[in-house]
Amino acid sequence: MKPAPFTYHDPTTVSELVSLLGSLEDARLLAGGQSLMAMLNLRLAQPEHLVDLNTVAGMDGIEASATGLRVGSMVRQATLLKNAGPNTGIPVVGEALRWVGHFQTRTRGTIGGSLSHLDPAAELPAVSLLHDAELTVEGPQGVRRVPMREWPRGYMTPNVGEHEVLTSIEFRYWDEPHGYAFEEFARRHGDFALVAVGALLAVSDGVITRAAVAIAGATPTPARLDEAEKALVGQAARPDTFRSAANIVRQREAMSDAYTDARYRQRLAGVLTERVLMKAASRAAETEEDR
Amino acid sequence: MPDTRNITLTVNGEPMAAQVETRVHLADFLRQDARLTGTHLGCEHGVCGSCTVIVDGEAVRSCLMLAVQADGKSVTTIEGLADEDGMHPVQRAFQDNHGLQCGFCTPGMVMTLTAYLGENGEPDDRDIREAISGNMCRCTGYQGIVAAGLQAAEELRGGI
Repeated sequence: MKPAPFTYHDPTTVSELVSLLGSLEDARLLAGGQSLMAMLNLRLAQPEHLVDLNTVAGMDGIEASATGLRVGSMVRQATLLKNAGPNTGIPVVGEALRWVGHFQTRTRGTIGGSLSHLDPAAELPAVSLLHDAELTVEGPQGVRRVPMREWPRGYMTPNVGEHEVLTSIEFRYWDEPHGYAFEEFARRHGDFALVAVGALLAVSDGVITRAAVAIAGATPTPARLDEAEKALVGQAARPDTFRSAANIVRQREAMSDAYTDARYRQRLAGVLTERVLMKAASRAAETEEDR
Repeated sequence: MPDTRNITLTVNGEPMAAQVETRVHLADFLRQDARLTGTHLGCEHGVCGSCTVIVDGEAVRSCLMLAVQADGKSVTTIEGLADEDGMHPVQRAFQDNHGLQCGFCTPGMVMTLTAYLGENGEPDDRDIREAISGNMCRCTGYQGIVAAGLQAAEELRGGI
């Protein structure tokens, strides 16, 4: 066996879970285990207590409302993928999920686990930013709602207290018909992205009326690309517009690490931005024709 | 005092009850407690895919799941694929297409493709490559494995 000894807890309800979290020190929450189990096996994490979320009832629901899709934090990535197809209002989530690990890891991996682990290169935080998701966090002090933009607090540090747990996330639908796209580059399919970019684009009579662009892998936390979005809205949905937005993205600072250097990441960021904007615009044109 | 739990599960169709230390992962449980050493352990941190087994119909990496989490579940390992009529179509396809050399990655590859083909009946070459992208093989160069996947898909569709 690989993990260091811990005490295992398997609460069955959210209230049991929350009271447990309030009483334990040095506890880690086990969701799908696709990152934490590896960290336990490598003994990079040696918590005193391991709280299993897989036994908690009611954290794996998917519920559509008029404004958005609420997804329990324990919904498996494979399940979310089946619920994020072309006509679900969040197809960009489905497109991004194809890049998340492999199909054997998506069967266990969860949306909440990915958001809480907050790897800088992870795809799900980036698409959550695109859809201005609202996260529900519960703890002994009560329930908090956190906008996705305020979720990343720093490198792999989500806005969740030591005694709190992410219980659900609501992706907000866009009212306007729009195109979407998500692209990334990794050395091997399923590896962490060197850079990933996603975009949503609403176009009316050839003019961009609303834009969301988000990036992962380039900086210590995923981010919305506000400057590029500003450069898009009000402009013609044309290749030169996308190129100028991509140039803005290319100027952003990027990180260097063992995989590659900052300059290459910046170059990828620009190329991928241009590519997703082209694809999103062509899909936006299709939705416009459909109407 | 080690932290232990009693679990009951089904392994390859046989019911099984055991007391497990909670920190034992499913792969170690299968190899050491169930004595089924067909499930291989390569990296033990979710990268190589060697330990892939099928839990309640879905392919999972058994090094990234605790044995205690398999309580009440049905686990299929490579030992559970063949029946009295002989090898499973996926196993036979590996043999036919030289899909293995040293054999270390083979159980993970076979379990991965078995689960994948169960849900995706008509894969093309690219789909098979994506399906096995989470499994590493250092001998074959993958060509034989991809060919095996395509043959097995056709056979499972009833084409052969």
